[in-house]
Amino acid sequence: MKLTLEHVTFTYPTGVRALDGINLAIKSGELAALVGENGAGKTTLVKMLNGLLRPQEGKVTVGGWNTADFSTAELASRVGFLFQNPDEQLFERTVRREIAFGPSNQGFPARKVASRTKAALETVELADSADQNPYDLEPFERKLLALAATLAMETPVLVLDEPSIGQDAAGRHRISRILKELHKRGRTILLISHDLDFCAENAERAIVMAHGHILADGTTADVFSQTDTLLKAAVFPPQLIRLAQTLKMSANPLTISQFVSAYAKWRNRKKKL
Amino acid sequence: MIRFKEFTYRYPNQVNPALDSINLGIPDGQFLGVVGPNGAGKSTLCYALAGFVPHFFHGSLAGGVYIGKLDVQQSTLGELAGEVGLVFQNPFNQISGARFTVREEIAFGLENLGLVRKEIERRIEEALEIIGLEEVANRSPFALSGGQQQRVAIASILAMQPRLLVLDEPTSQLDPQSTQEVFRILEKLARRGGTTVVLVEHKLEWLASFVDRVIVLSEGRVVLDGKPIKILADEELKKIGVGQTQYSLAATAVKKKNLVPKSKSLPVTLKQAQSFFK
Repeated sequence: MKLTLEHVTFTYPTGVRALDGINLAIKSGELAALVGENGAGKTTLVKMLNGLLRPQEGKVTVGGWNTADFSTAELASRVGFLFQNPDEQLFERTVRREIAFGPSNQGFPARKVASRTKAALETVELADSADQNPYDLEPFERKLLALAATLAMETPVLVLDEPSIGQDAAGRHRISRILKELHKRGRTILLISHDLDFCAENAERAIVMAHGHILADGTTADVFSQTDTLLKAAVFPPQLIRLAQTLKMSANPLTISQFVSAYAKWRNRKKKL
Repeated sequence: MIRFKEFTYRYPNQVNPALDSINLGIPDGQFLGVVGPNGAGKSTLCYALAGFVPHFFHGSLAGGVYIGKLDVQQSTLGELAGEVGLVFQNPFNQISGARFTVREEIAFGLENLGLVRKEIERRIEEALEIIGLEEVANRSPFALSGGQQQRVAIASILAMQPRLLVLDEPTSQLDPQSTQEVFRILEKLARRGGTTVVLVEHKLEWLASFVDRVIVLSEGRVVLDGKPIKILADEELKKIGVGQTQYSLAATAVKKKNLVPKSKSLPVTLKQAQSFFK
């Protein structure tokens, strides 16, 4: 589902101008990463997509709907939202009820709600905790629960604010796997993260924000190799690109396998010299 | 010196101990990194140092934790407040909710320590400057972004100048440059100020560059302990579930392809990686 923001501005009552004339179009089925310093406006931008915030100037559309004409409840059928802090979205008595809340609130029949809940529980591997109180879970499990609740909505658009926070190696791997699966199914995904290594592995497009502006936008390999621009947004290129740059390799590898093949070529060339 | 002596702790209604027979000495002024998979006991270790275990969480324990001569579990939280500072994993849970501005929030702990007004004001301005919060000093802590709230949480504890500073994933919501900055500040506190710093972190590259020592927790036990470049390059890490830096992963992959001799040890920093791959 296509998303557009046209000349969007937003200033908080505190006087902070979080978005300063944002123009952005996300294609249907795209998996884009939104990166940039704290307070750059990333979360403000994505809150525009499900109507939690409304543009003061400009226009936001979600699959052709102008968000000005739709309530947050209506937009929730199109845009699923994983909050940065899962505690802001969890309130039910059990893990199972938490996940079921979204789809049943959307008016789906009980059987469908149950099957979606079950599927989401299995996806995030929390089936064993289904009857526990969400607040008896560890913080990293609450993030996974919030993700499951978002997935159960089966929305065409997903906004994931820092999904890999607090996850260990296995958790990161699991979230990468979920992202790949959702991407394959054609969901439109906007990923906010400070973890550029994670973004490099997962996103095909990268958007860099600072001070309410977009500083760079393009393929992940291209954007993540623009060191000067990234530094302006308080982020560093991912480790593999930094290493490739240090070695003066001409490639911008995003994954280990890309690095290995670029490295093999680079070594051959060095030998010939 | 900080000591865990045969320390075992169980949360209420739990069968398995969260920490199991921990023996650990942390010299004054050491910058210690703590890593481990989710559920290994990292946060519990932080709580045990700050006395939240058992005073807040209750449960049952054996052995003890000592900060110098102070027996943590036998002391009140009030007695500990001047000695140990804990930065929570979730800043939202740490911020008092009783104050209107960031400046007042930082004052909260200092007032409770009973400092004189002039000293409180001096420390607030110093903490604001070190952490880079001057611009938002007069805003409500709850009107800030996640990363800014996390900075407030760190500043509030730094201002109290504890001898022992314990931080539970304090950079999880910070952008990479701010993360590096926090590591720099902690390093400086340990090196110059003699503060003992215990830091739980997943960001291995920064740990490798900044801390003096790393311990790895797994199922409530300390399973690896040593210099960061040695521990973080240990092939065991993968089995334990800690993950590795991209440098280590890339090095393992090129070794497999016989592009680099198998005997070479894994790099964990950019500098090491540069010499490994060149």
